[in-house]
Amino acid sequence: MAAAPLLSLVGIGKSYAGVRALDDVGLTVEAGSVLGLIGENGAGKSTLMKILGGVVQPSAGSIVVDGVAHSAMTVAGAARAGIAFVHQELTVLDNLDVAANIFLGREMLGGGPLRLVRSRRMHALARPLLERLGADFGPETSVSRLLIAQRQLVEIARALSMDARVIIMDEPTSSLTLQETDRLLQVIGELRASGVAVIYISHRLNEVKLCADRVVCLRDGRVAGGLARDEITHEAMIRLMIGRELRALYTPPRSVPQGALCVIDRLVTGAFPDREVSLTVHRGEILGLAGLVGSGRTSLARALFGIDPILSGTVTLAGETVTVGSPRAAIAQGIYLVPEDRKREGLVLDMPLTENISLASLRRYARFSLVDRAAETVAARRQQGALKIKTHDLAVHAATLSGGNQQKVVLAKWLSMAPRLIVFDEPTRGIDVGAKGEIYALMRALADDGVAIVMISSDMEEVIGVSDRVAVMHEGRIGGVLERADLSEFNILRLAVGQDAETLESA
Amino acid sequence: MAKKDWGLLVLLIVVGGITALLNPRFLSAVNLLDMANLIGLFGIFSIGVGMVIITGGIDLSVGSIFALLGVVFIDLLVNRGVPWPLAILAIIAGGIVLGAVQGLLVTKAKLQPFVVTLCGLLIYRGAARYYTTDATMGFGYSDDFDWLAWLASGRSWGIPHPFMILIAVAAIMGVLLHRSVFGRYLFAIGRNEEAARFSGIRTGAVVTGAYIISGGLAGLATICLVFYTNSVSPSSFGNFYELYAIAAAVLGGCSLRGGEGTIIGIVLGTALLQVLQNLVNILGIPSSLNFAVMGTVILIGVLADQPFVRRAIPSLRRERSAVRQATTPGA
Repeated sequence: MAAAPLLSLVGIGKSYAGVRALDDVGLTVEAGSVLGLIGENGAGKSTLMKILGGVVQPSAGSIVVDGVAHSAMTVAGAARAGIAFVHQELTVLDNLDVAANIFLGREMLGGGPLRLVRSRRMHALARPLLERLGADFGPETSVSRLLIAQRQLVEIARALSMDARVIIMDEPTSSLTLQETDRLLQVIGELRASGVAVIYISHRLNEVKLCADRVVCLRDGRVAGGLARDEITHEAMIRLMIGRELRALYTPPRSVPQGALCVIDRLVTGAFPDREVSLTVHRGEILGLAGLVGSGRTSLARALFGIDPILSGTVTLAGETVTVGSPRAAIAQGIYLVPEDRKREGLVLDMPLTENISLASLRRYARFSLVDRAAETVAARRQQGALKIKTHDLAVHAATLSGGNQQKVVLAKWLSMAPRLIVFDEPTRGIDVGAKGEIYALMRALADDGVAIVMISSDMEEVIGVSDRVAVMHEGRIGGVLERADLSEFNILRLAVGQDAETLESA
Repeated sequence: MAKKDWGLLVLLIVVGGITALLNPRFLSAVNLLDMANLIGLFGIFSIGVGMVIITGGIDLSVGSIFALLGVVFIDLLVNRGVPWPLAILAIIAGGIVLGAVQGLLVTKAKLQPFVVTLCGLLIYRGAARYYTTDATMGFGYSDDFDWLAWLASGRSWGIPHPFMILIAVAAIMGVLLHRSVFGRYLFAIGRNEEAARFSGIRTGAVVTGAYIISGGLAGLATICLVFYTNSVSPSSFGNFYELYAIAAAVLGGCSLRGGEGTIIGIVLGTALLQVLQNLVNILGIPSSLNFAVMGTVILIGVLADQPFVRRAIPSLRRERSAVRQATTPGA
């Protein structure tokens, strides 16, 4: 690592209205290396990256680019220095084609008075960039037809088209499947080999371990410590992140699963009209539902919860056949969904926590259909206490909470009623390690109380750590079910790709 | 009352005060009661339109509903000899049916509210004109309806009845919107329809309910408006009234994005619009400038509520941040 640093941050501090978000943070980025940046939500990672991108001005410290110190960055200056972002929430426009996205705001224009956009030239320029990233789609493809992983490649291609020297990736794999994640890690390896520096921000320590040359951990706005390549282990990273040993991220069950609660028999959904799904969920168990993105897991959850229509097949709950034609009907049966997209489907962000918590059960707190606010508040407080939702005031809007606390509010909405089957779709996506453990403990406590839980997850560690059994979906059907003793990454992957071991090895 | 509503009340008092200083006649009982009458007439249906706006929709059809139901109302009473209580019920029911149809087109056929109610605006107006072959309908010289006219546009203890009706409607709708389960659902849907549906709320039924309320209140307002003008000329009766309602709702704190608004705000917004009209008349400003004054005031009001303006006004900023600290400690 003798290379001169491309970029370094020295003694960066930032205060917001008296609250210290960053304090004396320093880090260096060398060309052709991957820096893993970890830390819990709220540790200051995003603020630091915003300072690097020139969006936020630091209150102290300096940014050194190519040996020249700046007291602050500007957005234009950051772009000139070759700093590019690949955002957690993708910023591609899906009404345009790939090349138009790559050159958005820098379109090639023709001559003449009209200065028309030269699409063909942009396509030609975009093609080698996509090839370099191993993309399996062309520059003329409409982004609306791309998967999330492919859209991400478009973003990376956009960064490369601007001659980026430092690419900052913020939670790039949060919506990717395992295979896609592997591909992205390969792309990162190639970027590194070609001299680009990558700052990789992720909660998924496995990936950080796989790709990072160095790790820097932030905690409460300070650098908690750094790790060199051979020091990067799970334990070391977790210790840095939470400042103590994480004894048990996963809570062991207190009771064994009992008889079958929910029997899904030859269910057919619109997403896969020619595939049948049959699955049994037991009382008191956490059934992991693994598989690649697009393998039909979310379709199954949406059908169970009455959002998408069921074309044929039956759902039996405690021996009774139930019809779930709408979320309302599903909820009446005690089938609840903790959706993948919390902010869109789980919460009304601009509404107080109390009203979010009572939204699904409001009629219980109403007399003559007028809301009894005192009773509503009491119930919300009880849920706050039971789930340890961290806020001083239940009147604040849901948008102000961290991801972990928001997820608890979604859960609180359901727990004031009588759950029988809860489907969690990616329950810990974008949630930091400490809060993850709490969510797992809550899921386990529910299972111990006899609730049947289905957990859809793309996070392999989570699937293996949390589940009692794992059903693996492949192209719209159940590829196989693994018992606790057989759980391993290899076995799950084998089923996820359709039991074809050869494809697996080449992947 | 929400902070926004207090701000609106202050603005109302300031505008009224300035007008009164420039022309003391503004505060005369005659003028104030005339204004109360107009506030009543416009407030009744503005509340309905406001409910639709809170769901994130819009209702452009009310002005044309007045024309259609107005001519039907006079026809029922004068030409067909329908007893007046029945005629009133028929008109309110007619408004409810039109609202329900529009609501179902929005929720079941998934059409955009703007398109549905714009078509309503065109269709009802055309139907009204065809119904009377474009002729103005009135009560003639008959005095059979004096008692009904008194009920719909008369005064008791000096207070105009439309104003009393508005107070009653506002009270009922205020409880419905701010205290009932239905009202809570309206706000939740206006802010995030998807999350509301995922919480088991029958979003289609609730949204349709808002259009039904708007239609029903438009029916009620028709009766008062018919007796206010005493005749209905189908090509001009109620023209632009939907825009008054939308303006009152927006001025009163409703966001066209949905999920925001209060009944008190809508009533105050209606009042402010009428005070402005009155200001134009009473100060001898050419009445051709009427709309321009209204538009300017609404624009200023909406601008003042924008984040970048609030930031530019330091005193406002201090006040806001103080409030924020008081309401969200350490969140």
